[in-house]
Amino acid sequence: MMSKEQEKKVGIISCSGEECVEGTISRVATRLVLGKLRPNETVTICLPLFLAGGKEEREFARDYPTITVDGCDKVCAKVATERYSGKPASSIVVTEVMGNWYCSRLGPRRKLDEESLAAARKVAEKVAHEVDEVLERWM
Amino acid sequence: MKTQVRPQRKVIVIPCSGIGKAFGSISRDATYEVTDNLRKDNTRTLCLALLVSGDQDSLELVRNNKCIAVDGCPLQCAEKNVKLAGGDLACSLRVVDVYKENRHLKPKSVTFLDHDGQEMASALADKIVKKVDELLGDQ
Repeated sequence: MMSKEQEKKVGIISCSGEECVEGTISRVATRLVLGKLRPNETVTICLPLFLAGGKEEREFARDYPTITVDGCDKVCAKVATERYSGKPASSIVVTEVMGNWYCSRLGPRRKLDEESLAAARKVAEKVAHEVDEVLERWM
Repeated sequence: MKTQVRPQRKVIVIPCSGIGKAFGSISRDATYEVTDNLRKDNTRTLCLALLVSGDQDSLELVRNNKCIAVDGCPLQCAEKNVKLAGGDLACSLRVVDVYKENRHLKPKSVTFLDHDGQEMASALADKIVKKVDELLGDQ
């Protein structure tokens, strides 16, 4: 089994946000980080499982640094991480990254349009940058 | 004599928030197909994480309306959390059951569903619609 020193991973905890487009953006951004931008440095955790008492998920978030990615200012992922495992190393909110956006229930939640995809890429780059910062501090 | 008009209730379709595997994405895609297209006037979804966090509006929504949970993995976070919230769980569907009926489909892509994933989501959406219609017929 690898020690923490050998296996430095950052947990990315995305909001589930099924109800608004920013939730989809947060999940797509998280997937972009996991699959493309930082595949070897990151893992993810299902938020409702984490909230519902998933032992492994909570232990991981206690032992390893986490970055929360929330769609809106209700910041479910950040609040849950703080409540059950400890302060996340970094917290990103889609509506803040995008400046003047607001949580819209009318957006294309299912298939992101070009504007929303661009937003997801921007959020993903910010998350990847935070991953680098967290790992640098951890070294 | 005046006829009493009962307030129009909606069926709440609550997908799992699974972010790591295709089945989670399929549960969401099927949900959006129902709530945005097939039965958009009679259904809606909500953020599972917000419900699990104890958000009052979400709690009232699941307690005052029939709910359908749609889960991507055996941990069945959606079903469990609707029950924990005291929600009116009318039905619980699992992506794996649709997979068993469509073994030729091999969905792989997570972030954006591939053809097989979309096919499976469409089959799942049909199952949800069938249940929604049954529930609306009972009201």
